[in-house]
Amino acid sequence: MLELARLSKTYADGTHALADITLDVRESEIVSLVGGSGCGKTTLLRLIAGLDRPSAGEIRLDGERLSEPSPAVGIVFQEPRLLPWLTVADNVGFGLSGLAAGERRGRVAHALERVGLSEHARRWPRELSGGQQQRVAIARAFVTEPKVQLLDEPFSALDAFTRASLHEHLLGLWEESRPTVLLVTHDVQEAVTLADRAVVMQPKPGRIFDEQSLHLARPRDRLSPAFESATRRVLSTLDNSLKPAHLARPERGREAAALWW
Amino acid sequence: MADIAAPAEAQPETRAGAPSAAFPVAPGLKWALGLLLPLGLALGWELAVRAGLAEGRLMPPPSRIAETLYALARGGELWAHLWATIWRVAVGFVVGSLAGIVLGALSGTSATARHLLDPTLQALRAIPSLAWVPLFILWLGIFEASKVTLIAVGAFFPVYLGIAGAILSVDRKLVEVGRVFRLSRLDLARRILLPAVLPEAIVSLRSGLGLCFMFVVAAEFMGASEGLGYLLVDGQQLGKPDQILAAIIAFAVVGQIADMLLVAATRPLVRWQDVARDRL
Repeated sequence: MLELARLSKTYADGTHALADITLDVRESEIVSLVGGSGCGKTTLLRLIAGLDRPSAGEIRLDGERLSEPSPAVGIVFQEPRLLPWLTVADNVGFGLSGLAAGERRGRVAHALERVGLSEHARRWPRELSGGQQQRVAIARAFVTEPKVQLLDEPFSALDAFTRASLHEHLLGLWEESRPTVLLVTHDVQEAVTLADRAVVMQPKPGRIFDEQSLHLARPRDRLSPAFESATRRVLSTLDNSLKPAHLARPERGREAAALWW
Repeated sequence: MADIAAPAEAQPETRAGAPSAAFPVAPGLKWALGLLLPLGLALGWELAVRAGLAEGRLMPPPSRIAETLYALARGGELWAHLWATIWRVAVGFVVGSLAGIVLGALSGTSATARHLLDPTLQALRAIPSLAWVPLFILWLGIFEASKVTLIAVGAFFPVYLGIAGAILSVDRKLVEVGRVFRLSRLDLARRILLPAVLPEAIVSLRSGLGLCFMFVVAAEFMGASEGLGYLLVDGQQLGKPDQILAAIIAFAVVGQIADMLLVAATRPLVRWQDVARDRL
């Protein structure tokens, strides 16, 4: 289980990025963090990945405290971040340097097959399209089989077709080792397609507003009524989170004024 | 490299009818086009001198320069001079660029080293390198040591600046990939920093090599008994413009070959690079 306990992050320049985040994620659960830009979703993932340190609070994985990059935590960034001087296969195997060459090759080949890029193994990253590059990045993160997989809007720069096929690749990879997944997205459809639970976040400072569980059968049919109602539930939670308190109050004030007259 | 260049080259051709489509077709034509101007000028000058339109004493015609070059080569003199110059450049370049690589890497990777070294080196860089000549001669004598030192100084600064700058500008995002996979400091340097700085490092080595050729002339002006630079001075003092031009041509050829060798030797290291054309 991944536990986030009262996490806060204030940057050196005084930006209050995250306030008091408490969240428990069960093993093998897929949780998506939804929210507009600036609500600290990326910051949260960076804290869990150990790339930044929290100002307060702590992160525990199966009871053990995480404070720096750990082999149990993998991350896929918003951009592919492939190393341009390594071939596709070497990029996928980048985190496997501790393994014997034979086993490394086998796991890389398998991961590439899962993302449908076997025939591109010997190519340079620059010869691939954006979607293919992101698939390589996903394979690189999953091939080390971490317990927790963090995905930071990995599909945001891609078109709808590519995105849908990447969702399938992602679920296929997830099925193999069933890691705990934390997926940041600003796309409600994507959250409902992939996640067991959608956590809606609010900006300034970033905090958790509410959550919706999405217990739909897999594979999910985007056109089913259940999918639609789940989407609607998340959207309305998102809407509520975007209604700032100081805007809601004048409304009530005007109503009161109307009653008065 | 050829397979990479192919798509970029092919593109203009597919735009049928565009006037540019006629040009980049055959590489042979490109060569011919590049040679047209110098060959035309040389031929024109040759004809003008032959026809008596120009005197050609201070600006000898190509045939005379060729004759001089041939005579120097046949007598073995040319090779001795070439060898002296190449040896000086090679030693100076290796020493200077090694120092530049080591200090540049230090200054790029460690903030302490940067604060310690960089101000001094930047101040030294502001001194025109030729200003060192009298001091080097006093310290090291008029023979090889002072010449090689001057050439090494010429190679040092562009390499130092290039390496330190390249390391400092390595993409933070790629460094984070290394951190996520928990690379040690050494592995981070070896697997991320080194390959990331290679393209810029090679460009700085090339400009360092170019400066070496500039400085070897200066070094050989200050009292050498052999070397292409000596041929230049000798040609001036004895009034032999054809010898000066022969030496200049030899410099051009040697410099070009040295640069091509450097590029060819380092090309396998950067064949992953996403650039349409080789940088200059």
